[in-house]
Amino acid sequence: MNKKIISDFPQIKNDYIYFDTAATSLKPKAVIEAVNMYNEILSANIHRGMYFNSVKTTELYEEARSVVAKFINAKEDEIVFTRGTTSSINLVAYSYGLVNLKPGDEIIVSEQEHHSQFLPWQNVAKKTGAKLRFVELNSEGKITIEMFKKVLNDKTKVVALNYVSNVLGYINDIKEIAQLTHQKNAIIVVDAAQAIQHIKVDVVDLDVDFLAFSGHKMLGPTGVGILYGKSRHLDILEPMEFGGDMNEDVEKTESTWKKSPLKFEAGTMPIAEVIGLKEAITYLENLGLENIHSYSMNLYQYLQNEISKIEGITVYNPNSDTGILTYNIDSVPAHDAITYYAEKNIALRSGQHCAKLIHDFLNIHSSLRVTVYFYNTKEEIDRFIEVTKEAIKYFKSVGF
Amino acid sequence: MTNLDNLYREIIMEHYKNPRNKGLLDDPRYTKIRIKNPSCGDDITVQTLVEKGIIKDCRQEATGCSISVASASVLTEIMINKPVDEAIRLAENFLNMVSNKEYDETLDLEEAEVFGGVKQFPARIKCASIAWVAFKDTLGKE
Repeated sequence: MNKKIISDFPQIKNDYIYFDTAATSLKPKAVIEAVNMYNEILSANIHRGMYFNSVKTTELYEEARSVVAKFINAKEDEIVFTRGTTSSINLVAYSYGLVNLKPGDEIIVSEQEHHSQFLPWQNVAKKTGAKLRFVELNSEGKITIEMFKKVLNDKTKVVALNYVSNVLGYINDIKEIAQLTHQKNAIIVVDAAQAIQHIKVDVVDLDVDFLAFSGHKMLGPTGVGILYGKSRHLDILEPMEFGGDMNEDVEKTESTWKKSPLKFEAGTMPIAEVIGLKEAITYLENLGLENIHSYSMNLYQYLQNEISKIEGITVYNPNSDTGILTYNIDSVPAHDAITYYAEKNIALRSGQHCAKLIHDFLNIHSSLRVTVYFYNTKEEIDRFIEVTKEAIKYFKSVGF
Repeated sequence: MTNLDNLYREIIMEHYKNPRNKGLLDDPRYTKIRIKNPSCGDDITVQTLVEKGIIKDCRQEATGCSISVASASVLTEIMINKPVDEAIRLAENFLNMVSNKEYDETLDLEEAEVFGGVKQFPARIKCASIAWVAFKDTLGKE
């Protein structure tokens, strides 16, 4: 990648190093300008007004839906705009899970799951009497097909797994898992929040029932996410939210809803953000996901190689499939270590990354996480390695 | 690293490595509050025994970063044998100090004064505060 790319991201300046893309990505100028354009010029609502700005806004909003659909090889009416991955999964959990599951049914999850995938299904299990089954992870923390088969059975009704782990960066074999899931007539709900910005996601090839992701982790604005659902599911699901714009006919005793996806988009949607998201996808497509992934993986390899030379570091995922590297400085709690990096203007993440169960699995309270992406550089990694060495020295000197 | 040295003071590191009054008692006379910080993994429990308006004992069990563990330890040392109303005043004063709010500098926070440097690190305020919030809760004060 080149200097031109870095200049597309106004957030990158001076010696600030941004290694926290798994939390939220940086936003390119094109996205910022699209959001600003809506606010400055259009500022109209969608699907309602008959005046020019409203018609134009509706056009841009629906164009974004079509861009998202093409991006994941879906049909337009299979794309629901939401607030983010969390809202998307909750929609499925409420509208599908609470309605269809009963005592004795089983939901397959894993300790890799982000809380946005785990908690909605834990809640469904509690409310319906269905049982949560955990795929046993292998020693590296990976989900294997063999272990998945061990928990899959005739009682399985929902498989809720991530495509890419937000802590370990592994890519799960969703295609194979989906195939096995369907053999049991169960549905699969995929959290693709950490996959969508790294690898090509093709919902037809994967043959998944539902897939969720967020705009802000893929160069887009915060506050907008996507729920993909197969038409045959979306058509029969009841909305979770009721209100303006999602209804067809309203009577005192009985009302009807628009067709999917609009029946799921109640109230005024994050219009500026949807319009911005379209630009984010265009940006990713112009660069090419394959290029992005191979560049990120080169950086990851370099990072992994350099960090493993340092004594006093434990890396938890030396075989990550994406740009995510999770580690700790031995005997220094992650929250102490992170303060050192923050002082040096390096942004990474410490804590449990909204994934406590994987920390229990690793038998640690917290960890540090670096994400490298296409706007990061080898020079930044060199600086990071240098600061890591300094940090180890510093913490030793104060008594850790 | 002058800035960080304000955080990692010797007394704090000493308490982190040798936490005082550690370990909870299975005694119904004690009031116990546990607070977890899900974003960072801190897990702090504070236990108090109050008799005739005096804090007779204060115990803690803390896992987490150095600041949260040391702050729980320092808390217990300061609070034992303090009258409840004074203890609450001290805890509130401490919480104001670390979160960079106005606080009464004339109140003697004893060893807890070493946490004054925390206010320069807004991301660490919570670490220093957890045990003290839990402590106040054991006394039934929000």
